Formats: sequence, structure tokens, C-alpha cells
Amino acid sequence: MGTIDYFQERVRAAVASGQPLCIRGGGSKDWYGGAPRGDILDTRDHAGIVDYEPTELVITARCGTPLAEIEAVLARHGQKLAFEPPHFGHGATLGGTVAAGLCGPRRATSGATRDFVLGAQLMDGKGDVLSFGGRVMKNVAGYDVSRMLAGSLGTLGLLLEVSLKVLPRPFAETTLSFAMSETDAIRRLNEWGGQPLPLSGSIWCDGMLALRLSGAEAAVDAAVRSLGGEALPDAAAFWTGVREQRHAFFAGDAPLWRLSLPSTTGALAAQGATMIEWGGAQRWLRADGDPATAAAIRRAAQACGGHATLFRGGDKSVGVFQPLAPALARIHARMQDAFDPARVYNPGRLYPGSET
Amino acid sequence: MPHLVSESAHDPAARRAQVAAALRARLPASCVLSDPEDTRPYECDGLAAYRQLPLAVTLPTDEQQVLAILDVCRELKVPVVPRGAGTGLSGGALPISDGVVLSTARMSQIKQVDPLARTAVVQPGVRNLAISEAAAPFGLYYAPDPSSQIACTIGGNVAENAGGVHCLKYGLTVHNVLRVRVATIEGDIVELGGAALDAPGLDLLAVFIGSEGMLGIVLEVTVKLVPKPALAQVIMASFNDVVTAGNAVADVIAAGIIPAGLEMMDRTSVRMVEPFVKAGYDLDAAAILLCEADGTALEVAEEIARMSAVLERAGATAIAVSQSEAERVRFWSGRKNAFPAAGRISPDYYCMDGTIPRKQLARVLSGIAAMEHTYGLRCSNVFHAGDGNMHPLILFDASAPGEFERAEAFGAAILALCVEVGGTITGEHGVGKEKIDSMCVQFGRKELDAFFAVKHAFDPVALLNPDKAIPTPHRCAEFGKLHVHHGQVPFPDLPRF
Ligand SMILES: Cc1cc2nc3c(=O)[nH]c(=O)nc-3n(C[C@H](O)[C@H](O)[C@H](O)COP(=O)(O)OP(=O)(O)OC[C@H]3O[C@@H](n4cnc5c(N)ncnc54)[C@H](O)[C@@H]3O)c2cc1C
Ligand SMILES: Cc1cc2nc3c(=O)[nH]c(=O)nc-3n(C[C@H](O)[C@H](O)[C@H](O)COP(=O)(O)OP(=O)(O)OC[C@H]3O[C@@H](n4cnc5c(N)ncnc54)[C@H](O)[C@@H]3O)c2cc1C
Repeated sequence: MGTIDYFQERVRAAVASGQPLCIRGGGSKDWYGGAPRGDILDTRDHAGIVDYEPTELVITARCGTPLAEIEAVLARHGQKLAFEPPHFGHGATLGGTVAAGLCGPRRATSGATRDFVLGAQLMDGKGDVLSFGGRVMKNVAGYDVSRMLAGSLGTLGLLLEVSLKVLPRPFAETTLSFAMSETDAIRRLNEWGGQPLPLSGSIWCDGMLALRLSGAEAAVDAAVRSLGGEALPDAAAFWTGVREQRHAFFAGDAPLWRLSLPSTTGALAAQGATMIEWGGAQRWLRADGDPATAAAIRRAAQACGGHATLFRGGDKSVGVFQPLAPALARIHARMQDAFDPARVYNPGRLYPGSET
Repeated sequence: MPHLVSESAHDPAARRAQVAAALRARLPASCVLSDPEDTRPYECDGLAAYRQLPLAVTLPTDEQQVLAILDVCRELKVPVVPRGAGTGLSGGALPISDGVVLSTARMSQIKQVDPLARTAVVQPGVRNLAISEAAAPFGLYYAPDPSSQIACTIGGNVAENAGGVHCLKYGLTVHNVLRVRVATIEGDIVELGGAALDAPGLDLLAVFIGSEGMLGIVLEVTVKLVPKPALAQVIMASFNDVVTAGNAVADVIAAGIIPAGLEMMDRTSVRMVEPFVKAGYDLDAAAILLCEADGTALEVAEEIARMSAVLERAGATAIAVSQSEAERVRFWSGRKNAFPAAGRISPDYYCMDGTIPRKQLARVLSGIAAMEHTYGLRCSNVFHAGDGNMHPLILFDASAPGEFERAEAFGAAILALCVEVGGTITGEHGVGKEKIDSMCVQFGRKELDAFFAVKHAFDPVALLNPDKAIPTPHRCAEFGKLHVHHGQVPFPDLPRF
């Protein structure tokens, strides 16, 4: 029996029994989102690169393909996933990467997971296989459902196959470090963002700002000369560490909050430690996950025009993701009715009420 | 699809009067046009072959008026067709005979430009180019640059996910919009996306962009602004056959370069535009490539050198690099004026918009050449070569009996070929009314049903731009003699062209 037939059988059985499924790739992100529930549906046998033509800048692979395998194949042709997805452990799969929609250091300048999704094959909540988007770079036929699947945490269906746009690796790369206060870092990052500089990553923590520059050699050299700072040794390992949250900031068990804010938002008047990424647009916070703290963090994030996620740890009963406005929640629920009417997949992974 | 019923449905004049009166009760008189004399200018968009007078045209000036119009339309079950500048080329803003047009022409305020955050907040009727003009004093601009950018609106761009010459490097509308404020047909205002780089929950912004006015009315848009490159330079390279030119494009990409623009014109296009624009194009070339680099002076010099070397190795017969901004603009002028030039050598032209995997270029161009004989019409090809988006221009004469129908059939055949080689029926102009039958070629019934379900999630009463973009089962059954789904053609062994 092929893997698709197998998935189909499981989905139909789940609909019949009312026992939901928990889609599982590499098991690398089980701490993310609402607590997983349901019988495990393992995707790892549905693997393999289906199509990759470096000069078309498109790769198509099945959901169970290890992310590491995709990155290795791309690297052999001097290309990469420009959104630099975190793996968070061994065995991360393509399906889980797209479903989780997490992005690495390059997000602010290159774009998010969804910006690189060109097409997807989805098994919906009835076990039907649907194809959206395509394998070409421009396509506006029909609604762009495949981009919406990025970050959907498997709540609309099982991603069977995904086509992603890929980009060449830069010719040159340098990382500069600066000693700087939080306020200065936010201001400088936004000022630099408005200049034609080849920025490709930034992180501020504990009085130190690291800035990555990637692009043509001439552009990187010129930027190094104009910006000053000190070259950071072993930069590649440093950025992998940032992406995988191995930085000392992330050590320990205190709940980790992710704040997505307008990049110009001022320094947070936070109790705990903060870290800034993405040119100021992503802030990390170590703070309690209790209801009162959660409510306060969410209110503050919303007041700035952003939102907060209880990213790791803490008490998930406060809700992992910022609640939606009622009209939006209604559209949300109808979108789930459209793809997974019986709420077979990953109930509660995105919003607690999403299974009802 | 829902069946629209109303007591006056069989009496168009009475219905018109009823709807106009209901609208006038809620809006200032100057915001409602219902006299056919006044609504005539709205009877078509850029695809003038399709025309239809609406019941009424509304011209709201603010959000409250938009909500009032939607209230009236919901109560009376009147379909609503949003309209920006009407430059759409797929009939997306084509009125519906028993519907109302909602024009955003008077909602054209730039509300904020924030140079530090590099964003602008604009109303839907703001013209694409006006955003870049407002950002220019800060050294910033709005990257997506459809050729219609002097006229088209950001609301229309959001609805069509418009792109332009720069989108290979800088992306489409979907990559450059942070937030869209939307009026739903149910009378709510919802915000999709936000001022940050992402928003909680499902990415409804991604699905809304490119939804062709069928999911909600755009009330306000927050766009990203990007630093204006210090310099841009373009290479013009000649090739003595199109396949060599297509391979040269692949070689540029393989060399790790993403040019700021990468466009191809075939001989027919070059000869069509050169007499008008005098760009200095090589009239003997079978194809010319325009290959642009932008950035700092040093960066541009490095990239131009790299690209020139690749193009030479790939067999370019002549290479010229623009030496001034004036020359750069002149090199581009022919490509940018290909559509108007077609209009000057032919009474009518029909612009298609398919995307293909680039490696299929030779096959598609030879297929199109064969179709020129089959349909007895000429076709010139301009091509966003970097991303595989083709714009075949079919030249015809609408006053000659049967030519329009032949042009339509020719266009549909080109799109079927695009799908057959793994591509799509529209790269940037949208499906609208024009390509609705071709949707049955690209998608199966299950996908089309899913699209209806997505529409239902936003528009449960099915009043927003109905009968556009997503064909009903009935329509596909009528059309569906040929079904090519994701390149799987029925009877693939039979020769086609
Ligand atoms: C050994 C082991 C045993 C486990 N046993 C249980 C158990 O008994 N019960 C239980 O509830 N949990 C269990 N879990 C947790 C569970 O496997 C994961 O929390 C969850 O399935 C997500 O896996 P992931 O984050 O590694 O997947 P990733 O591949 O990292 O995926 C992240 C997110 O994407 C979703 N996803 C992954 N692939 C796809 C796809 N192709 N299409 C759509 N969405 C996708 C996932 O469901 C998840 O929401 C177990 C984990 C491990 C490692
Ligand atoms: C000479 C020429 C060159 C062109 N070049 C390009 C190009 O390079 N790239 C490209 O992508 N396109 C191009 N186009 C097509 C067209 O300009 C774009 O599709 C543009 O985005 C349409 O904008 P508009 O304001 O004219 O919208 P309209 O034509 O008025 O409407 C287009 C669609 O948007 C919907 N809509 C409009 N406003 C709203 C709103 N406020 N809320 C919800 N829905 C709305 C309409 O219902 C309709 O479906 C070109 C057109 C011409 C005539």
C-alpha cells in the first residue's frame, strides 16, 4: 500500500471513529503550539525530492523528507532556503517546517516561509488529495491556498508535497559586532534598514549587536567600511546557533515568549531578559507564563501593533497564540470547515476552540 | 452558486430604481451614479472586449460609506463588483448587469509614510506610482512595479497580486504588503496581517492577496518600502535564436545571480516596437534579453561584469551596457511599451499571461508559432524571462468577422499548452472573466470546490464579484472537453500542434 493510500485510510477511519490525528514529522517541534492530541500519523515514510531544477529556482519534495537532506542538495548547487528555517533538533521534516512556519535570521530581509511556498499538495479532512499553486514562480490562478498552509500547524490538513522557491547562496558574507544599548540598537537597525545595505541578519542581546551582511563582494566590502564594528570570528556557527536557539539566552526552563512587533517599537520595559532579532521586529522575552503575566504581555504587544506567542514552556492553558478578533475568528473557523470539517487534524494545536 | 432572487428581478428598470433609491438613502447624492449615461465609463476594465452596464456605480469617500453600500447590497441581495482604476486585463472589474460597482477612486489618500519603519499606510484608491513618489524624499520606494503603475491602484494590486519587471528580485504584491484592512460583506471590518512581520493564526492575508475582489473590499493597505538602489544599469544582449536566449537566462540564474530585471522580447516584438520607441534594438536578432543590475556602484559593476561574461559564454551575438540613466530608460522603453506598440500596428490585440517552467520555453514558443498558422493570426512574445511569465500578444482585427473568436481560441490554446508543460494560466493578470474557462484546464473539481469553500469563509452570501475567477461545475462541464491537470494530459502520446 502506498503512503497516500495509508494516510487516506487513517483519515477516513479517524472521521468515522471521531478520534483525531496528530500529524508527526520528525518530532522536533512537539513543544510548539497547543499540546498535541490524537493518534500519531507519522509522515516520514512519505519522503523524497520529487523535482529540483536549480536554474528554475524551485524544489518540490514530499512532506517526510528531512530538512537536512533538502538543505544538503541545495548546497551542492550553491543554493539555499532563504528563510533559513530552524530545525530544533534532528529529523525535522519539510512538512513540519512548512506547517510550523518558523523562520530564521534572514526573515526580515528575505521573507518568511510563506513567501517561498509556491505550491502544495494537501490531504484534506475527508482524505481527498488537492493541489494548490504550482511549481512555477508566478501564479495567480485561484486563491493562494498553499501560502496559507505555512504556519497552519497542520490544522487545515496533511501537507503531502510542497514546492518552494529557492535562492542562490550569497557570494560573500561577513558578520560585524558592536557594543550597544538596546535603545541604540533598535534605532540603528531601523536606520540601516532604510539604506541600501546588504543586511541579512541581526541579533541584539546583553549589550552586543551582531549584524550579518551578505551579497556581492563589493557590496559587503563597502558596507563593512561604512559601518565599522568588529568582524565576528566563526560567524557561520554563530548564526546557526542563533537559528537553533542555542544562544545562552535560551538556556534554562523559564517560559520563552516570542513578541512580533513593529520594528521601531522601543525597548521593552520587561522584568526578564530580552533579545532582539529581525531588525527589531522579533523580540524574545523570558517571563512567567501565568495568566496575569500572559494577559499583560499580550496587551502590551497588541498596543504596539503586534502580538505575543508563548513559544516554549509555561502553562499552555493561557493560550499559546494571541486570541483573534471575533470577526476574524469566525472566518478562521469557516476556513477550517472548508478543509477539515470533522476537525480530524491536530485539534487545538493552533487555537483551543478550533476543534469545535 | 446561489440563485439571486428579487421581486423586481424581471424588471431591470424597476430594480435599478429600487437599488439606487436604497443607496441614495444612505449616501450623499454625489456618491451614487445610476443613469446609464453616467455609468457608461465603468462598463469595462482594461479588457475592453467584454462590456456590461451595472445597475449603479457607487463612489464612497470613506469606510463608513463602504459599509453602508455593503449593508444595502446585502439587504437587497445585490452583487458588488469592486473597482480600482479599471486597468485590469482579465475583466476582474467587469460589472454584473444586476450588480453594483464599488469604485475606490475617491479613497485615494496616503495616510502615513513612516521612513524609520519603512512603511506607508494608504487608502485603496492610491495609485501604485504615487506611493513611490511619496516615499522618494526618504530614499525609499514601493517595489512592485506593474507596467500600469501610473494608473493602477494599490487596491487593484492587492486583488490581483500584481507584479512587475522587478518582481524576480523584489517579489510580488504578496511579498510587499504587511496589512490589509478589509470590509467584509457581512459588515465587519477585519485586519489581515499587521504592523509587525507576521500575525497570529492562519495567514489569511496570503489568501486574500490575489483574490480578485471576491473576498472583501480593501479599505486600507500597509505596504513595505525598500531602500532605493543608488544605481541601476541594464545589459541589452542579442541572440540569433530564442532557445539560446532561453538557455542564457538559465545560465545567469545558475551563476548565482538574481538580476533586478530579466526580460526577453522575440523578433516580432522587437520589430513591432523599434519603429515607435527607437530604443536601438537589434532588428536582426531572433531575441533580445534585457538584464538589469541594481545596488551600489561597486555592486552593480561586479554584477554587470558577471552577467556579461555569462551572456557572452551563452552565445550572445551583441552586448550593450547602458552608460547613463537616459540610456537605461531607452533600453527599457521598448519592453515597457510593447502593449501600446501592438495597439499601433494592429487594430486590436489580446494579451495572454501564462507562466511556464523556463526550460519549456522552446517547446512553448514553437507551439505558439504553429498556432499562428492554425488560427491564422500573428503573435508577438514578450516575456518576464526571469520568472517564466509569458505575455504572448495576439494581433487581430475585431471588425473582421470571426477574428475575435479566433483570437480567444488561440489564447485559450496557449494557456492549455502552459498547463501541459507544468505551468499556469495566469502569472499576474488574474483569471477574472477572461480565463474562467481555462481554470477548468488547470484545476480539478475538488480544487474548485475548495476555492468555493474559501470564498464562503469570507463571503457566505456570495455577493462579492460572483461569477469571476472560479468556475461552477456547470461551466466546467460545458467547457470541459479537454482537461489538463498539472501537466497530465489525456492521451499524452498524440501529437498536438
Ligand atoms: C517519540 C515521540 C513520541 C510521541 N508520542 C506522542 C503521543 O503518543 N501522543 C502525542 O500526542 N504526541 C506525541 N508526540 C509528540 C508529537 O509527535 C509531536 O508533537 C507532533 O506530532 C509534531 O511533531 P514535530 O513537531 O516533530 O513535527 P514537525 O515535523 O516538526 O512539525 C511541526 C508541526 O507541523 C505539523 N506537521 C508535521 N508534518 C506535517 C505535514 N506533513 N502536514 C501538516 N502538518 C504537519 C505537526 O503536526 C506540528 O504541528 C511524540 C513525539 C515523539 C518524538
Ligand atoms: C498597459 C497595462 C500594463 C499592465 N502591466 C501589468 C504588469 O506589468 N503586471 C501586472 O501584474 N499587471 C499589469 N497590468 C494589469 C493591471 O494593471 C493590474 O492587474 C492592476 O493590479 C489592476 O489595478 P486596478 O486598480 O486597475 O484594478 P481594477 O482593474 O479596477 O480591478 C482589478 C481587480 O481588483 C478588484 N479590486 C479593485 N479594487 C479593489 C478593492 N479596493 N477591494 C477589493 N477588490 C478590488 C476588482 O474587483 C478586480 O477584480 C497591466 C495593465 C495594463 C492596462
